[in-house]
Amino acid sequence: MDNVIVYAVISLSAIGVTSAIVLYFVAQKFKVIEDPRIDVVEGTLPGANCGGCGFAGCRAFAEGIVKAGKLDDFNCPVGGNSTMAAIAKALGLEAEEKDPMIAVLRCNGNCDYAPKKLNYDGPATCAFAHNLYSGESGCPYGCLGLGDCVVSCKFDALYIDEKTGLPVVDEDKCVACGACVKACPRGIFELRLKGKKSRRIFVSCINQEKGAVAKKNCEVACIGCSKCFKVCAFDAITMENNLAYIDDEKCKLCRKCAPECPTNAIHELNFPPRKPKAEETAEVPKEPVTADSKA
Amino acid sequence: MVLSTFKIGGVHPPENKFSSGAAIQPLPIPGRVFVPITQHLGAPAKVMVNRGDEVKTGQLLAKSSGFISANIHSPATGKVFRIEEAIDQSGYKRMAVIIDTTEDVWAEGIDTSPDIIREISMSREEIIQRINDMGIVGLGGATFPTHVKMMVPDGKHAEYLIINGVECEPYLTSDHRLMLENGEEMLIGTAILMKALGVKKAMVGIEANKPDAIGHITKLAAKFQGITVHALKVKYPQGGEKQLIKALTGKEVPSGKLPIETGCVVDNVGTAFAVYEAVQKNKPLIERVVTITGKAVKTPSNFRVRIGTPIQHLIEHAGGLPENLGKLIGGGPMMGKALVSPEAPIVKGSSGILLMPVEEARRTIVKNCIRCSRCVSVCPMGLEPYLLAQYSRLEMWENAEKERIMDCIECGSCHYICPSGRPLLDYIRLGKANVGKIIRTRGKI
Repeated sequence: MDNVIVYAVISLSAIGVTSAIVLYFVAQKFKVIEDPRIDVVEGTLPGANCGGCGFAGCRAFAEGIVKAGKLDDFNCPVGGNSTMAAIAKALGLEAEEKDPMIAVLRCNGNCDYAPKKLNYDGPATCAFAHNLYSGESGCPYGCLGLGDCVVSCKFDALYIDEKTGLPVVDEDKCVACGACVKACPRGIFELRLKGKKSRRIFVSCINQEKGAVAKKNCEVACIGCSKCFKVCAFDAITMENNLAYIDDEKCKLCRKCAPECPTNAIHELNFPPRKPKAEETAEVPKEPVTADSKA
Repeated sequence: MVLSTFKIGGVHPPENKFSSGAAIQPLPIPGRVFVPITQHLGAPAKVMVNRGDEVKTGQLLAKSSGFISANIHSPATGKVFRIEEAIDQSGYKRMAVIIDTTEDVWAEGIDTSPDIIREISMSREEIIQRINDMGIVGLGGATFPTHVKMMVPDGKHAEYLIINGVECEPYLTSDHRLMLENGEEMLIGTAILMKALGVKKAMVGIEANKPDAIGHITKLAAKFQGITVHALKVKYPQGGEKQLIKALTGKEVPSGKLPIETGCVVDNVGTAFAVYEAVQKNKPLIERVVTITGKAVKTPSNFRVRIGTPIQHLIEHAGGLPENLGKLIGGGPMMGKALVSPEAPIVKGSSGILLMPVEEARRTIVKNCIRCSRCVSVCPMGLEPYLLAQYSRLEMWENAEKERIMDCIECGSCHYICPSGRPLLDYIRLGKANVGKIIRTRGKI
């Protein structure tokens, strides 16, 4: 009986020792030397794995930075400047200050402006509806309102407004990862500079049809009249394919273009109310009252 | 007698062929026609006329711009009003030649007499050239340019010509009426196609729910060498190219390959008739038979319609737009797509217009998949529709490709049979579009 126990112990120990020796040499042979800085960089990242930086996840982004040894082409949109500064500090590099961006929906074709002509009852995904037909309002460029962008958003920054049927960007939550830009089959979303005090001016339409055709389906479509283009003193507005586009890098937020637009396609966000002109004074005080009563 | 049919899958929806007794009537030419320059599979045609030009019926409007492309001719006489983007059947804008019509004057060299010319005097090359010149495309719905089909690639050998008179899609009767009224011309067209292909045997497949057409064509075909008529069991989607080959010859087209692999070339009866007109009468493809039918239509009819006629015009001649209209569908109820606007024009591939009343047009509520596998058993391509739909929904394109999503013929049998009312075909179509895009980009790299 005793012998059995002794043999077992000896043979198992022998197997263990041999395996340990083999494993030691194998480990030496196949050793992967990983830069310890990758872990450090990864530790500073938000860990959302959103892919907004263009890499497969935060770890891949960290590996990319450490491998490149510079920060020029790298930006974590979620963490923003503070994260990039932390990475720079960890790696002993200089981080360039980048202006924060935000996703902007360039369509304002809600139920009032672009009334529904058809009733869609197929699968509720924009990708499918876009393949199938031009949309309930008839505008082939407009928002389909089925919410592929909402599904794609990992930061809960998008929701469909029930009244307008359009997605709304939550400014506090949006980190400009660009998931919605990729998800929208019509390319309506754009990442634009967030602007000082979140003030932004943009053309809220991407319809490239001729003015009359676009206007037929949607009251607030850009009709390509070039009025804003003429009034802009900074060459920030370009006209192409019957559509005005405001370059956010060049725009000085002077607000001259918005009142020129005959269809109110140019949107101003987060600006203080305009000083009322003589004939508009009667209308302006009314607005806050209705807003309060609704709330 | 046991009728032959394809082996895997298939469904039998209610036939509802209301308009099978209505003779083909020529539809008056509307005041304005919209002729899109992409009415075929392949590259858009190149416009050859200018704004303000006077055009005659049958004159060339747009020239084929590649190997897989087709000429487009003027369907009416008149003045070119504009060449601009006009609404198509999906609601998107496509380039079209818009013509304000006047009194119908045919271009020179076109024989418009009703006499039947039986003698085939052209050589093989001349026939193919003529088919190309006259802009003939497959009229079954896929609109693949016919001259491309006629050119058998090197190393392949065509053995049979199959003429598709199946019309398995419920409601539609345009091919049925064409066989009854222009059967002889259609068979001459078949003989022309046989000569162009260099085949000795042609088979006309007709489903057993059209006994009058089977009788008529069998009687006529006795006069022709090598053409046989086959009655087939009524089963959808027998009109699919691959299913019809299987039903008539027992051969199976390999996955991802063309029917020529089995030595067969398939053409629709409408195409055979168009080939007859092109070769014997020098007449381009500017009109086709369109069925306007459905439970909401007052007088279901078959019209001979000029290409570019707005669908609105057809509806007016079939008793007007019904009040209880729920859905306007281009094509049949199984494969057709809901139309966005009745302003869209009839194109070479439109076989029918279906008007569904509100009660019928409603979609069923989508419930969970209960794994009954009925979609698998009815799929005529032997695919697993529930799986493909799921992969498409989850954007797993590689897996969808592995499960042969591109083999799907979009017949809609899976969606039709699903007891949970799941929109399987809708998702598969989405998957096909994306997988197709991936395959094309892979080819470029």
